[in-house]
Amino acid sequence: MTDHSPAESADGIDYIAVEESERFRTLKRTQRSFIFPLAAFFLIWYFVYVLLGAFATDFMAQRVWGDITVGLLLGLGQFVTTFAITMGYVAFANRKLDPIATEIREELEKAQGHA
Amino acid sequence: MNVLTATGETLAVESNPVLNISIFVAFVAVTLFIVIRASRNNKTAADYYAAGRSFTGPQNGFAIAGDYLSAASFLGICGAIAINGYDGFLYSIGFLVAWLVALLLVAELMRNTGKFTMADVLSFRLKQRPVRMAAAITTLAVCFFYLLAQMAGAGGLVSLLLGIDGRVGQSIVIAVVGVLMIVYVLIGGMKGTTWVQIVKAFLLIGGAIAMTVWVLAIHGFNLNTLLEAAVANSDKGDAILAPGLQYGANPWDFLSLGMALVLGTAGLPHVLMRFYTVPTAKEARRSVVWAIWLIGGFYLLTLVLGYGAGALVGADVIAAAPGGPNSAAPLLALYLGGPVLLGFISAVAFATILAVVAGLTITAAASFAHDIYANVIQKGRKDAAGNPVEPDPNGEVRVARRTVIVIGILAIVGGIGAQGQNIAFLVALAFAVAASANLPTILYSLFWRRFTTRGAVWSMYGGLGAAIILIVLSPVFSGSPTSMIPGIDIVLWPMNNPGIVSIPIGFFLGWLGTITSRTKESPTLAAEMEVRSLTGFGAEKAVDH
Repeated sequence: MTDHSPAESADGIDYIAVEESERFRTLKRTQRSFIFPLAAFFLIWYFVYVLLGAFATDFMAQRVWGDITVGLLLGLGQFVTTFAITMGYVAFANRKLDPIATEIREELEKAQGHA
Repeated sequence: MNVLTATGETLAVESNPVLNISIFVAFVAVTLFIVIRASRNNKTAADYYAAGRSFTGPQNGFAIAGDYLSAASFLGICGAIAINGYDGFLYSIGFLVAWLVALLLVAELMRNTGKFTMADVLSFRLKQRPVRMAAAITTLAVCFFYLLAQMAGAGGLVSLLLGIDGRVGQSIVIAVVGVLMIVYVLIGGMKGTTWVQIVKAFLLIGGAIAMTVWVLAIHGFNLNTLLEAAVANSDKGDAILAPGLQYGANPWDFLSLGMALVLGTAGLPHVLMRFYTVPTAKEARRSVVWAIWLIGGFYLLTLVLGYGAGALVGADVIAAAPGGPNSAAPLLALYLGGPVLLGFISAVAFATILAVVAGLTITAAASFAHDIYANVIQKGRKDAAGNPVEPDPNGEVRVARRTVIVIGILAIVGGIGAQGQNIAFLVALAFAVAASANLPTILYSLFWRRFTTRGAVWSMYGGLGAAIILIVLSPVFSGSPTSMIPGIDIVLWPMNNPGIVSIPIGFFLGWLGTITSRTKESPTLAAEMEVRSLTGFGAEKAVDH
């Protein structure tokens, strides 16, 4: 254990207790149940698009109107979903994650001040 | 439609090297002034590596965009769209979607648990020495491949934009770029580097917006009219509207490239280091959001610019010009705005190389000084009487500055040596190493409680080794006329990109190393890391001056 960081609980905080507290578990659950499905969604959608681009070139070449092809629309769709996920995540993090995280952090900082 | 002759010599004739160089010198003068002003508070490690953590989210977002939109993505993607149409667009999308990995999974948690480097996070709850060493080696490998590609690319850009064709002339320009980079990073540290990147991002995006509006105005602000004109002026006709022209020959190779792009970005050490230049995780989040809008917006502009270059300049003219596809954006600038706009775009292209190499250099220097020197070599050192010696914090920054000079010289020598070589694969290799060696360990450290030191070390060395070995055995290294070493043939792997195999190897070895570990890692440190990463408690604060 001597090779570990000297910071190991050097600040006198019982991190295991914090981690097992109800509020922290809520924070962790809220965060992960939001980001994991979203990450899975955008990765699958991206790889579907790449596979279509690599193997289904005829499908991608179909014209929707004028010179606008299916491939172009799907590609622009990647931009749209990327921007939408970005805005959605920020709104979620600001509203749901930041308040709990700030609360726990401020309590820990206070506890540290008294220690 | 073609005003330019098909010989491609028009560019060298009409471009005015004196004008191009003056615009570039003006850029250097302005940024150098900013760097010197910004360098007044550059004493501590937090100042030097992380700019005192004093940048705002939007500023850092611009710097990330300035760091990320390298000459390869600006000139390369425009050229690919101009000549091969849709496939260039397909390529750019991987670079954008990759930022969601950084936003959702990496940026904030890294900011909360680290200090200066990627290794800070990875070694937080594991054994310091082996993990730091491995993380520093993969960091240096990624930076080295990326740096060499940029420096060698500088030589090619010179022949294209300044009409300097001779080997000696190009070597001098590479040396000038290298010396400027050393000066910026030495004096300005992370603060100076960041300002160079911000200024460059403004110029690049501003120039691209102006050209895009211009191209669209010529086509009545109708994308369909633009596409029709591009099809009419291409010898490949309709094919440029669909995938297949560039990657159609080997679709699996493209899948491999796509994997490396989307998973590599969040493991690029110079991108990760940018998250430490802001005061809080919330600012890190804001900076990624700004970066996504800027980078995404920029790739939409390149779509118009690429097809615009095809429509207005013509794919055959671009392909025949010195520099080939890379000349699409400069030729379009010449067509639209004459020598002045060409000079501006050329200067921006140089500024791009300067900003990217500066970011890579400070990352590599920080990793060497902070991870290898301060935490592996100096830590635990004992004096003659056997008492532990406290490492000198100023010593670390001193070592970092010396490392900058060494890296700068290596980059100049390497860049001159690699001139004319087929080095495009080096950027792909850098992304593949980042995705195979760095990302698995980053994700496991942040999200998998059981992850162990052995898992981290196996994953990092295994991912790095797999990516490099597959590249050496691939057609880009040997066996064909366009290879790096055309004379020999040791091709055993059919693809140009190793990602499709090396990324799963990195993830697999991390898992295997962990489940075969007999020693358990400290549960206290794991709890501490988790609490810190999610709440920001104990995170490094901004430096007050």
